[in-house]
Amino acid sequence: MSLALIITILGGLTIGSALMVVISKHPVRSVLFLVLTFFLISANYIMLNAQFVAVVNIIVYAGAIMVLFLFVLMLLNLKKENEPQTSMFTKLTAVISGGILLLVFTMAVKDGIVVAPVDELAATDNQIGLVGNLGNLLFTKYVLPFEVSSVLFIASMVGAVLLAKREKQTN
Amino acid sequence: MRRNAIILLMCIELMLNAVNLLLVAFSTYFGKGDGQVFVFFIMVVAAAEATVGLSILIMAYRNLRTTDIGLFNKLNG
Repeated sequence: MSLALIITILGGLTIGSALMVVISKHPVRSVLFLVLTFFLISANYIMLNAQFVAVVNIIVYAGAIMVLFLFVLMLLNLKKENEPQTSMFTKLTAVISGGILLLVFTMAVKDGIVVAPVDELAATDNQIGLVGNLGNLLFTKYVLPFEVSSVLFIASMVGAVLLAKREKQTN
Repeated sequence: MRRNAIILLMCIELMLNAVNLLLVAFSTYFGKGDGQVFVFFIMVVAAAEATVGLSILIMAYRNLRTTDIGLFNKLNG
């Protein structure tokens, strides 16, 4: 089983699972397919030698955000949804125009990367995904966004708690 | 067109993940770690935005009793 075959099958599974997120009629099935998509994308990251990003993806997305989604879904208690029927012609038109947009974007950036990676030695370096090297970069070059993101987190935590609080019933 | 607000938020997460994958791929291609650090920050922003979006949805559901985004068009009740 060659490496290229594994990567191709993984990519196909990821795309299929992401499509099922969008296509499913039942919201719970969409959520479960999204969890599967996150795991498959983490596998893609591991194939690309990005180990820290893969594990953080599973912890943050599949572990925290999807739990949030499942809780909210449980609160809302949705059934199989009945939405207005769009005809097959409309759907086909949407898919084709989306595909043409994709084609245009791809052709616009196709010749944007005109050179091979500048430093051949760095391009074959498979140590950049390790936690130590990324941490080095994070704390030297990107220390300001790192500190600002903590402020962002505090703001979003306070906002989420404030928004979801039940209002007091004033009699 | 999907009208459920939860599916909308999930599709936003999917799009952000697609960008993450692209950034990691290019980071591996050029051999620099900057792409992966940027992925880290995109995940930070995605988590914060999913949290706040879901709490807004809960509050709207409490008042309107529906998650259909076509019906979220009244600014005052």
